[in-house]
Amino acid sequence: MAAETLSEQYKRSGKSGRRAAFLLVLPLLAFLTITFFLPIFNMLNRSIDDPTIDRLLPRAAESLRAWNGKGRPPFGAIAALADDLARAQSLGTVGQIATRLNFERAGMRSLIMKTAREAKTFAPPYAQAFNAVDLQWSDPEVWGVIRHASATRTSSYYIAAMDQTRKADGTMVPRAEEEQVYILMLQRTLWVALLVTVLCFVLGYPLAYFISQQSDRTRNLLLILVLLPFWTSLLVRTTSWIALLQTNGIVNDALAFVGGDGARLELIHNMTGTLIAMTHILLPFMILPTYSVMLSVPPALTRAAVSLGATPWTAFWRVYFPMTLPGAAAGGLLVFILALGYYITPALVGGRTGQLISNMIQFHMQTSLNWGLAAALGGILLACVTVLYIIYARAIGLNRLRLG
Amino acid sequence: MTALKPTPQEKFEKVFSRGYAYLVLAFLLAPLLIIVPLSFNAEPYFTFTPKMLSLNPDGYSLRWYQDIINNPQWGEAIVNSLIIAIASTALATILGTLAAVGLARSNLPFRDLIMALLISPLVVPIVIAAAGMYFFYSSVGLAQTHLGLILAHTTLGVPFVVITMTATLSGFDRNLIKAALSLGADPMTAFFRVTLPLVAPGMISGALFAFAASFDEVVTVLFIGGPEQRTIPKQMWSGIREQISPTILAVATLLIIFSSLLLLAVELLRRRNLPLGQAQR
Repeated sequence: MAAETLSEQYKRSGKSGRRAAFLLVLPLLAFLTITFFLPIFNMLNRSIDDPTIDRLLPRAAESLRAWNGKGRPPFGAIAALADDLARAQSLGTVGQIATRLNFERAGMRSLIMKTAREAKTFAPPYAQAFNAVDLQWSDPEVWGVIRHASATRTSSYYIAAMDQTRKADGTMVPRAEEEQVYILMLQRTLWVALLVTVLCFVLGYPLAYFISQQSDRTRNLLLILVLLPFWTSLLVRTTSWIALLQTNGIVNDALAFVGGDGARLELIHNMTGTLIAMTHILLPFMILPTYSVMLSVPPALTRAAVSLGATPWTAFWRVYFPMTLPGAAAGGLLVFILALGYYITPALVGGRTGQLISNMIQFHMQTSLNWGLAAALGGILLACVTVLYIIYARAIGLNRLRLG
Repeated sequence: MTALKPTPQEKFEKVFSRGYAYLVLAFLLAPLLIIVPLSFNAEPYFTFTPKMLSLNPDGYSLRWYQDIINNPQWGEAIVNSLIIAIASTALATILGTLAAVGLARSNLPFRDLIMALLISPLVVPIVIAAAGMYFFYSSVGLAQTHLGLILAHTTLGVPFVVITMTATLSGFDRNLIKAALSLGADPMTAFFRVTLPLVAPGMISGALFAFAASFDEVVTVLFIGGPEQRTIPKQMWSGIREQISPTILAVATLLIIFSSLLLLAVELLRRRNLPLGQAQR
């Protein structure tokens, strides 16, 4: 057998090295795929995949899909719906149908429940039988709702998440103004995330600068003081803000002491509470990367600028600040990403006006049980976060992500 | 070389920057400092009573600490939190360390993509993750079980271990292993006597981060946990939302002490890590 040449040996060891490296990563990758990536994918899939109507009203779904949505629905579809509803009534699945259709259009629940109870007695001509139960059935829009819901691939949840509604012929119209909540919620979430990022920068950059200028001993002590809130339970910090900011809390008692009872401010259970608590919780994420970049800037550079005639302000603004910007950008982007998905703090201190999109997703997951809409809102939020995460990984690099 | 005398303006700027920095520090620390004395309040209020302000001993009491001991729900919550946090930390540390060793090899294909995937549980909004987990764990019968929560918290703790271990290993000099081998150590000895002592501080730091993350996690507990999975954060959550009692302040004080100890441990490990010559922070 011929001896291996050196380059062959090298190639072989490279290949087996790659395999060994991959085998080390594989267990975790497989674990996350099963417990994290696939569950999220399946959950988001609920926003576009909804077989409820196709499964529970099979014949009506089929004939309504063949209808173009213009004018009156075909007779066959009306008869099929009477038949399907009667069967659903005996199988006890009417509730699911009614709930699903009610997501599309308010009022469908009672219409379906009422009609299904009578469906067994329907006889031709079916159109008259439907109208006899409720005149709403003479409106083609009602049939259009069932037609749209009969597709297993549905865009209705994303349409609802964009505050739109669809007419029977498929044209899109904005929802009534008082029903437009989701766009507003998304805008509010982006706005809060931006505001919190700016606040973190305004508070965090000078503090990071101050710490970086101290002697080693002081620096370590100050850093521990910054890290202490970072390590403290989020619920503890939120509780503490409630104690500080509530109407009879410490801040308001101090204000009342100075200015009388009229001086009390509403600081919590509204947007102010959300902003204060979120800024507090996310501030260390801004300070730590900014500080670590500041440490790496040689002080000789600003001194050189000053010796060349720059004022201290110019030296700071033209030399020091641009060099520390990567740190602030890394911190700011991370704060923004984390703020977008915030849930606990707004839920506890946000009141009615300080809720964010995550709270809406939770509401549709656990209270209204409109999982399709929760998934659509989640999909929109996750898309925003993913884009920013890719930007972070590309522009800043995940190796720069440090925890304290 | 003589230092330039600071001008009055520079002095003012210095004082101003110091004052501003201490104000921000006060903002960071105030919530922690306020809660500790409040937890000794003799009255069921969330604010300082006149008796407390005049330092009258009658204004202070340990009744809320007594409450924690007397209420079996808190005891149960502490046990559950510890079980879930310890088990998920162990799993996350093992899986995360293996993966970090793989990531440290430069010849791993798609390294950046894999790294991004492994860290993603840190940035994916928790509500989305918890909603996905709710359907998944329900479908496999693990909803409302300790095991389900342990696995969920492992998922959320893994990024901390991966980040910390990757940073530690990037400062690790593989020549040290070669040196040990050339001096006659067998690979096992080299691993236990050279590699492990050098990377252990990073590994323990990562584990402490994962532990703290699990110990403070409430959203997945709310989504996939049942009445049997009452943890400290869940107990606090319902305490804040429903009947807000100063017992929560006593628990919060204990948690602050606990997290301070964790932080000190991590800082000491970081110091031990220094001679490795890796860039700190």
